[in-house]
Amino acid sequence: MGLAKRVIPCLDVDGGRVVKGVRFIDIRDAGDPVEIARRYDKEGADELTFLDITASSEQRDTMVHVVEQVAAEVFIPLTVGGGIRKVEDVRRMLNAGADKVSINTAAVFTPDIVAEAAGKVGSQCIVVAIDAKRVPGAQRWEIYTHGGREATGVDALEWAVKMAELGAGEILLTSMDRDGTKRGFDVALTRAVADAVPVPVIASGGVGSLQHLCEGVTAGGADAVLAASIFHFGEYTIAEAKQCMASQGIEVRQ
Amino acid sequence: MQTVAVVDYGMGNLHSVAKALEQVGGGSARVRVSAEPAVIGNADRVVVPGQGAARDCMQALQKRRLIGAVKDALATRPFLGICMGLQLLLETSDENGGVDLLGFYAGRVRGFSDSLSAGHNLKIPHMGWNNVRQERVHPLFADIDDGARFYFVHSYFVVPEEAGLGVASAEYGMRFCCALASENVFACQFHPEKSAADGLRLLRNFLSWDGAC
Repeated sequence: MGLAKRVIPCLDVDGGRVVKGVRFIDIRDAGDPVEIARRYDKEGADELTFLDITASSEQRDTMVHVVEQVAAEVFIPLTVGGGIRKVEDVRRMLNAGADKVSINTAAVFTPDIVAEAAGKVGSQCIVVAIDAKRVPGAQRWEIYTHGGREATGVDALEWAVKMAELGAGEILLTSMDRDGTKRGFDVALTRAVADAVPVPVIASGGVGSLQHLCEGVTAGGADAVLAASIFHFGEYTIAEAKQCMASQGIEVRQ
Repeated sequence: MQTVAVVDYGMGNLHSVAKALEQVGGGSARVRVSAEPAVIGNADRVVVPGQGAARDCMQALQKRRLIGAVKDALATRPFLGICMGLQLLLETSDENGGVDLLGFYAGRVRGFSDSLSAGHNLKIPHMGWNNVRQERVHPLFADIDDGARFYFVHSYFVVPEEAGLGVASAEYGMRFCCALASENVFACQFHPEKSAADGLRLLRNFLSWDGAC
């Protein structure tokens, strides 16, 4: 009995459509965010994260409609990220029905959006996404922008602590070394950040098996684990993920 | 058709609460998100959600002249408070260096950071799905298992003076009260509108509740 560790599927949305081929055999429209959200809710997902990867700013409004539609039908927490630059963007997503808005590293470089947003809407709505990459040959990590292409020289641990101080209610931590590799989370990175900040940490990047999800919690100390492809391609269901976690003594909602 | 007013004082995600009520109402309830005292005054049921800091919430209620309408609803009709809509019912909150609240129930609102024992390694806010222990039978818990998980996100919790008002509790480093109920009032710290099937069940129970304990 107690607070459960969360399992969060992450969906990429481009122009209002879920992309990167979600492949559920029994789904009518694999690109429909509402249908996919409904499916994950039924499987027992604890939250959903939608990442807007729309390139053009003209299509940003589409994401607002996606959020409205999903929030009208699926009653679990919803986080939206991607393209959030201003406090106004945060507010728009919350008004549309999002519970949390994820602000990525790039946006954070514009002065104090985290503090301003947290002050206006509350820390519980503000997630700061951090993309971190290991410094070769060292037990430290640096934050990267532009999808992991540009180094900043900023230490990831210090940055995470600073973000929590400014008002982030949660940290979404992605290892750029592991993202897309299916080799598992960078557990040392997850552990270092989870131990350093007083707010919940979501581990992300690299999940290729159910065991990886467990490791994020047990060895990494994460409060939640986020994954995309292992769920989308039907390799595993959320329910299977939770069974695996529960069998290793991790508290989950089943 | 019955009407349900969701009190809009500019704090938090009202969309989800309204949509969830519409979903469970299935056409038998007209849900109105409103900041109009008259609309709230005429509604058969009143829901006060809310997120954010205690001071901002109280100021928003004052600024929009909604305190009278909320107090009237508390005294007369089936009332559901969610998250801040629970905390506002107490007398004072320790948040923001001390804030006076509505004072409908004797007691105060305390922070986890001041209440957990030293050396705890719990994250604040308390965020996620936790077991809700039903301390007594209540119509809003009909068909919901004792210990069912609901979604929480908060850093403060209520401490009513009269412990008997507590209708549910949860465990986070310590056992805390997560729902209060008396007569026509039910207020919970967790978010039924974000708690999947059990949350919707609670909202459905609210829509058919006659306002008696």
